[in-house]
Amino acid sequence: MDTGAAARATAAVPSIPRDDEGPVFREPWEAQAFAMALTLHERGLFTWSEWAAALADQIKRAQAEGDPDTGETYYRHWLATLERLIAEKGVATTENLHRYRDAWDHAADRTPHGKPIELRPEDFSG
Amino acid sequence: MSEHHHDHDHSELSETELRVRALETILTEKGYVEPAALDAIIQAYETRIGPHNGARVVAKAWTNPAFKQALLEDGTQAVGTLGHVSRVGDHLVVVENTPDRHNMVVCTLCSCYPWEMLGLPPVWYKAAPYRSRAVKDPRGVLADFGVTLPKETEIRVWDSTAETRFLVLPMRPDGTEGWSEAQLAELVTRDSMIGTGFPKRPGAPS
Repeated sequence: MDTGAAARATAAVPSIPRDDEGPVFREPWEAQAFAMALTLHERGLFTWSEWAAALADQIKRAQAEGDPDTGETYYRHWLATLERLIAEKGVATTENLHRYRDAWDHAADRTPHGKPIELRPEDFSG
Repeated sequence: MSEHHHDHDHSELSETELRVRALETILTEKGYVEPAALDAIIQAYETRIGPHNGARVVAKAWTNPAFKQALLEDGTQAVGTLGHVSRVGDHLVVVENTPDRHNMVVCTLCSCYPWEMLGLPPVWYKAAPYRSRAVKDPRGVLADFGVTLPKETEIRVWDSTAETRFLVLPMRPDGTEGWSEAQLAELVTRDSMIGTGFPKRPGAPS
């Protein structure tokens, strides 16, 4: 992988939780959310300064709603920023994101425990 | 997470996981991201995810016989007494390696993977070849990992189920007498707790 890309991201977005060697994640999904932003940036969907401004705005809004912003919720804000920018850039509407979220929920419900969860077309009708 | 009721008949994803999956699916379908490229990024950080509580648990068991006994009797409860694990899952069984027996764990990836103990699962762990071969030919799989055991050492393969996850308690390396828990924890690798590796030896490069 291009570690340079990650280094540029952490330099451009100083709030990313990290140690001396780079970003650190508390849970697997946080790394997924990080990787998606990294990839979309490389695709040119947004600049890091644009991202940092949107993320800061998201955090400010969450604080206004009572989020303690102790760092534990950092990647929640990151995820919300991804969803918002994707909607703003016309990649996917909020409605579409909800539709896929519900489909994954349906897929999880019908998947026996211990099996990989996969999305099928019928999950969208349930 | 304490309010999270676990239904064993089917899988569950948290609200956050659902949103992450929804995003990834849409972005993939629209050609913005490739799952393989995302995996490559995540893989670069696989050792940097999760609090790696497993190493601390193993180090404590090496230095504290009472804790070790409690751990082998009821892993969930013993780990719970340490107070730094948010959710160990339903039932954690700790299996001890001895000169006579080597333990090895397999499991498919599901939403209940015990990353709280082991960090993010490595890619090979999720792969079908490991899962099928680990059961049929554990010695061959271990050889692929560079692990060779004496012929007389029995190998037991533990297949994680809906209710039960396993953590291997590896043997404490020689030459670590008098080491502190923190020093010992540095030697405990993820693979040694899955059973596909040994702890680092003292003095070996990290």
